[in-house]
Amino acid sequence: MKYSTWSQDAALAVLATLREEKGAILMALQALQKEFGYVHKEDVALVANFFNNSRADVHGVLTFYHDLLTEPPGDNHISVCVAEACQAVGSRQLEKDVKAKFGKEVHDGYCFGNCALGPSAMVNGAIIGRASVDAIAKARI
Amino acid sequence: MKIYVPGDSAAISVGADAVAAAIASKVGGSTIIRNGSRGALWLEPMVEVETDKGRVAYGPISVEDIESLVAADFMHGGAHKLSLGESEKIEWLASQDRVTFKRVGIIDPLSLADYEAHGGLVGLRRAISMSTEAIVEEVKESGVRGRGGAGFPAGIKWKTVADAVSDQKYICCNADEGDSGTFADRMLIEGDPYTLIEGMTIAAIAVGATEGIVYLRSEYPYAIKILQKAIDIAHAFGWLGSSVLGSKHAFELKIRVGAGSYVCGEETAMLESIEGKRGVVRAKPPLPALEGLFGKPTVINNVLTLSTIPAVMADGAAAYKARGVGRSLGTQVFQLAGNIKRGGIVEKPFGISIEEVVNGYGGGTLSGAPIRAVQVGGPLGAYFGTDKFETSLDYESMLVAGGMLGHGGIVVFDESVDLAQQARFAMAFCALESCGKCTPCRLGSTRGVETIDLIIQGVKVDENKKLLLDLCEVMTDGSLCAMGGLTPMPVKSAMINFPEDFTGEVSRR
Repeated sequence: MKYSTWSQDAALAVLATLREEKGAILMALQALQKEFGYVHKEDVALVANFFNNSRADVHGVLTFYHDLLTEPPGDNHISVCVAEACQAVGSRQLEKDVKAKFGKEVHDGYCFGNCALGPSAMVNGAIIGRASVDAIAKARI
Repeated sequence: MKIYVPGDSAAISVGADAVAAAIASKVGGSTIIRNGSRGALWLEPMVEVETDKGRVAYGPISVEDIESLVAADFMHGGAHKLSLGESEKIEWLASQDRVTFKRVGIIDPLSLADYEAHGGLVGLRRAISMSTEAIVEEVKESGVRGRGGAGFPAGIKWKTVADAVSDQKYICCNADEGDSGTFADRMLIEGDPYTLIEGMTIAAIAVGATEGIVYLRSEYPYAIKILQKAIDIAHAFGWLGSSVLGSKHAFELKIRVGAGSYVCGEETAMLESIEGKRGVVRAKPPLPALEGLFGKPTVINNVLTLSTIPAVMADGAAAYKARGVGRSLGTQVFQLAGNIKRGGIVEKPFGISIEEVVNGYGGGTLSGAPIRAVQVGGPLGAYFGTDKFETSLDYESMLVAGGMLGHGGIVVFDESVDLAQQARFAMAFCALESCGKCTPCRLGSTRGVETIDLIIQGVKVDENKKLLLDLCEVMTDGSLCAMGGLTPMPVKSAMINFPEDFTGEVSRR
């Protein structure tokens, strides 16, 4: 996935689009991650200043949500659903196999709402049903 | 000539996009409509063509089948080995009682003309013509209960918000459908988003709210896109905005996207998250109906609850409550998932048995091995063996049986399942997703994992089982919300219904 290179000005430009939003911390962090692929360490202070919150507030939000990343992501983001419905059709083994093959690209997923066609995976935002290592490999960039 | 290829993400997950593209390139002069899925998910991608005798279905279709379909003249409903006949006569679908899901899979999700042609906006127009008190009364009378799992009567919640005095009120739709084995919210949003918008608009008018928010999980990127488009179209149409369909009511609707936290499906954690904060559960009281989003009176309902309202308003409370049993009135959208041969959406009046849904509609397991367990009601629901399959699927009967109906998801497991591992997963998931507010949930879940591990290893099994039950009691009684309070349900039900998996012996069966 292609992301912009982080700079303070670019980050502030993202925040400026959210000026009118009520309760914007989470939205701001999501918007920054969408633009840059992750939340840069200097973003915490930027968001805090911009929305007149404490840095502790922003840090608290950043560390609460699984989606928010603090390191630049790789080229591929693979999630294998490891929740119950997918476990029932072998997702535990699939996750192991996919992790063995693609290592750090693989994140735990908890339900993509595709529970009748599991095991399910999401590769770079595209959903895969009846997933296999091969199907996941094919969907990678 | 119209060809329907579902744009539902479950259908896409098994190749619907490629099928649509292949049909577009092979069949000229036709319109391809990306409808929602009718919910017979094992038949996806299910392609339908409009013929003189109605829609004819084919499925499951892969790209390789397109050539033979064209050769068989499927454009005119020609015979083919994958033909399912007329869509309306497919027994699995025809035998259901679709109320909330009546348009899903049938209409073009984003066509307002289609929506209105299939009964859309009738309920809202009627609501606009009524007094706000009469709308609330109609919803109360219908007996519609919260479909998110708690089953609280929607009308009573609305009445509380309607009676509250405030300069600002909100309608929040909980679309944080994090429970494994549930996908009805997603399918409704992807297949018939206007129904949700209509339900929210009716709720807003009834209680005097002017702003609505749909809290939609980030794991549903397709649903986010479709709902945003639907909101934009509804705006341009004069449905949303300063004057709802020309009336004196104003209503604005926005989406807030979640960020991968399960506990944010709990209503107060969801409010915190919409406010941009950590999704930490709030103590009740105050009730969100009185002090909800940004401290203002707020209606919080699940997608299915709100999406059922248009039907209630269009056809009247009496028609709705004629369905169901006891105090579980109307229909429930069951979701058949996991190791299941014919999974998908089964909408039936409350009171159908587990057996009818799982073996009747579901046709047993996908693997072909015997069913050993089902988990009903999501990750916080109970594990039952087949001895409980005669249980009626309604709120009260499920409680009596030691479980809960929840959001109506049923996950099926075959005999390879190890219930001690499932119990361990319930605790591990709670440890991962606990918001951290209540000690029994935050720490108890980790201790639960450790204790189950000892049982699995055969260390002081009886003592540890007793300890685990004690821990479950503390979590149940000492947690503010359902995360800590109900995690013991899958654990205890697994221990009670499948004691043979908790003996600490590896070769237990």
